[in-house]
Amino acid sequence: MKKLLVYGVIALPLSIAAVFTGCSVDAEIPEELTKEDVKFYVPQGFPQPVYNFAANPVSIEGFELGRKLFYDPRLSRDNTISCGSCHMQSGAFSHIEHRVSHGIDGLTGTRNAPGLWNLAWHQTFMWDGGINHIESQPLGPIANPVEMDENIANVLVKLRNDANYPRMFEAAFGSDTITTQRMMWAMTQFQGLMISANSKYDQVQRGEAQFTQAEQSGLATFRSKCSSCHTEPLFTDDSFHNNGLPPEPTVMDAGRMRITNDPADSLKFKTPSLRNIAITGPYMHDGRFVTLAQCLNHYSGTMYPSSTLDPQLTSGIPLTAQEKSDLLAFLATLTDYTFIQDPKFKEQ
Amino acid sequence: MLSAFALVSSCKKDPVDPPPVDNTSNNNNNNGNDTTPPTGNAVCLDITHVVGALPLRLDQTLRYQNLNGDSFSVELVKYYISNIVFMDSAGNTWAEPESYHLVNAADELSCKIYVENMPAGVYNSVSFMIGVDSTRNVSGAQTGALDPANGMFWTWSSGYIMAKVEGHSPSSTQAFNAYVFHIGGFSGQYAGQRIVSPSFNSAQAIVTSSTVPLISVTGDINEWFQTPNVIDFSSVNIMNTPGPTSTMFADNYMDMFTVTSIQN
Repeated sequence: MKKLLVYGVIALPLSIAAVFTGCSVDAEIPEELTKEDVKFYVPQGFPQPVYNFAANPVSIEGFELGRKLFYDPRLSRDNTISCGSCHMQSGAFSHIEHRVSHGIDGLTGTRNAPGLWNLAWHQTFMWDGGINHIESQPLGPIANPVEMDENIANVLVKLRNDANYPRMFEAAFGSDTITTQRMMWAMTQFQGLMISANSKYDQVQRGEAQFTQAEQSGLATFRSKCSSCHTEPLFTDDSFHNNGLPPEPTVMDAGRMRITNDPADSLKFKTPSLRNIAITGPYMHDGRFVTLAQCLNHYSGTMYPSSTLDPQLTSGIPLTAQEKSDLLAFLATLTDYTFIQDPKFKEQ
Repeated sequence: MLSAFALVSSCKKDPVDPPPVDNTSNNNNNNGNDTTPPTGNAVCLDITHVVGALPLRLDQTLRYQNLNGDSFSVELVKYYISNIVFMDSAGNTWAEPESYHLVNAADELSCKIYVENMPAGVYNSVSFMIGVDSTRNVSGAQTGALDPANGMFWTWSSGYIMAKVEGHSPSSTQAFNAYVFHIGGFSGQYAGQRIVSPSFNSAQAIVTSSTVPLISVTGDINEWFQTPNVIDFSSVNIMNTPGPTSTMFADNYMDMFTVTSIQN
């Protein structure tokens, strides 16, 4: 409201009509972003990020441009699929209830669309870590023939011929020149700002909330049996492991080995962060498990034997029924409702 | 008086403070070269492509033969030249800043690489990388010659395609007898970039504020298929991942360049 008053004052000398326009803002029009909204920060207890925006300073205009691009289906060949199609905010930017996603022409992929948060802390992206930089990440799904199947050069042509993009690029970067680099910078400003650090777990760490007894026991079990890979506070070690899943015979996904060509990386996949885990199912790299209970049953059960099986999982992770139930209670505290409701990430 | 002054300033190149390069321009030809040739403090590496004894022609005619005896056409050749370093007669080296050039055999302009803002001197050797150094492969979104829109970037396994050649050969078992060789990978044993130093053969490039030596170079595409590794198109005809095969090509193209003359 303060902002509206300011506009009113500015508009007053110009014309009475402007004052009315300024004051009659519909409640559905989103609030304007402030510099505070787009400030990148390192949450309390987090390590220093891999990507710190030093060479790509975040601005309101850059963030807004990145958001428009994120939700723009013109990034796909036939203008039907946007990043937001498979990364939905209400599911912490995962694809809710989709084992794998359907991309262009109804084609389906072979891996589960991961949720998006705390991306500035990642060294690598995708389940196989094939993408080595946050700025290069959007190029993967854009080019993937079963996702958006578009040539980045064509995307740039679409953006240059659009009525709004040249103006938005100028506002963000000082001129209306549209390049891959600027497009990726803007998308990185939007996606890199997706910081999730206000779950109940975080509030407990900051002394603002208290765990229930079950959650507390679950945390203790988690720390003794899960956290060597799902390392706090990011809940991932940003590394690759074979977690004993039998390979799906129709896909035979070699995982990390597809990138490194190294047989020692066969069947290894990147450790997913467990933040927001209760709302980002289905689970595992291929979405084979619908519930977290199934995931825990996998770990407490028999591992698929192979030479690359993580040594810590040779005999699985023994878990009692009580431990499983406490773990589920604890994992639910990792959901960040502030993050999934934050209006600045919504499609405008 | 004014116009004369303008004329002088437009011809004179300042060797100390190069003008800022707007490498984000939409009009950029994206090969990393300036569009106006320099008049001094520069050299021109002028690459003429050949396939063995024949000039390179980009079409579907099966006019070429590799050492293995396969006949083939060449329809696309693109590769990076980067990290250009010149050495003068006193042993001093000068490295081109932001040295990334995309050579596309179909684009004549891209085959003339102007290295600008060089200190005056007598240079008797050059070295450069075929491909892109590992640093730029892990540094996020790049622009100019390194813009991923140039079709030389792997999006599923981040990194530049150092060099690519495509065409047809009756020996190829692929659909329509096509062959596709994309050489990439930037680290470890399967890295595709190679530093080369084609000899000046005791010739010299004499750079002054008013001269641009022309260094004529042939780039032999047939070398990609031979020495040290003879490529048999019936068994190797599609390649677009880093691995033992891609490094065979990288080792092969190390001797593709020959300096044929230097005109001062």
